[in-house]
Amino acid sequence: MGLEHSFGDSIITTKIDAAINWCRKNSIWPMPMGISCCAIELMASAAPRFDIARFGSEVMRFSPRQCDLLVVAGTTTYKMAPVVRKIYDQMPDPKWVIAMGACTSSGGMYRTYSVVQGIDQFLPVDVYLAGCPPRPDNLLQALMVIQDKIQKGESKGSPMTVSDEKKLLEINIQEN
Amino acid sequence: MSKVVVDVLKEAFPSSIIDVIIFRNETTIILKKDDILKVCKFLRDHQKCQFNYLSDLCGADKFTPENRFEVIYNLLSIPLKHRIRLKIFTEELNPTVPTVCNIWESANWYEREAYDMYGIIFDGHPDLRRMYMPEDFEYFPLRKNFPLMGVPGSLPLPENNPKN
Repeated sequence: MGLEHSFGDSIITTKIDAAINWCRKNSIWPMPMGISCCAIELMASAAPRFDIARFGSEVMRFSPRQCDLLVVAGTTTYKMAPVVRKIYDQMPDPKWVIAMGACTSSGGMYRTYSVVQGIDQFLPVDVYLAGCPPRPDNLLQALMVIQDKIQKGESKGSPMTVSDEKKLLEINIQEN
Repeated sequence: MSKVVVDVLKEAFPSSIIDVIIFRNETTIILKKDDILKVCKFLRDHQKCQFNYLSDLCGADKFTPENRFEVIYNLLSIPLKHRIRLKIFTEELNPTVPTVCNIWESANWYEREAYDMYGIIFDGHPDLRRMYMPEDFEYFPLRKNFPLMGVPGSLPLPENNPKN
């Protein structure tokens, strides 16, 4: 039973943003930024038992240029921070960020000089994910939250529409 | 086992040994700093010692006015299957000790680590650079007077400009 059976010979009207965002949210390509043990749960969520493919996100790419979701999975040290930021900068717009686990969200148990106390100090984070490490179900939940955000046209770090981009350009011109 | 080693060492270097501590079957020999090289060479080459493996080398900060830093050598003899621990002290203002890189190759990175964390300078080391912290970092984080959360602003982060 496809859509054409319910609608017959009629047409469907929608907003172009809604249609594009619907396409986007069902094929999020994650960048697996696995820095420590959270990466194991990230891999488990891609394995058959949890199967991230049900949400259209099974295509993990190790090139940031092909990704639109950065999953920072693990303790981010001050030495690693410029690398994470560089990978984020290399990803094409629009893009989203999940801070996976306690360390990434707040420094977690590493209350020490070498660990960044939350990656939101240098990255725009869309979803914070609790757990040490979070279970794969939890990561899938975060992915669903991201999907909702995409459908609504929300992104902390990047413009979602052409008009957003134009507005941003105007702000930049005014500031400079 | 290690009693043999202590006896041999006492016989060969009576003036180098400050103290011998035996605790839970672990033998620690406290040595004079300047004699560490010849003692190490002796321990590696002597027939009854044969410490051919430096299993660990580390620093420690006791935060005392004199002899503030310790350098600790954990030795293992693979053919004779015995272990021993050596300790030397160095002062706060000029924490320099001779390197043992020429005796055990594995000392290279251990000494770099101790330099990175405590600022102990290993005289004669072939490549004494920082190991974990960024090259231009100015502090030694495992010293007792270093604050737990670090010195604010000493480790730069990338700028957070969300809508680049």
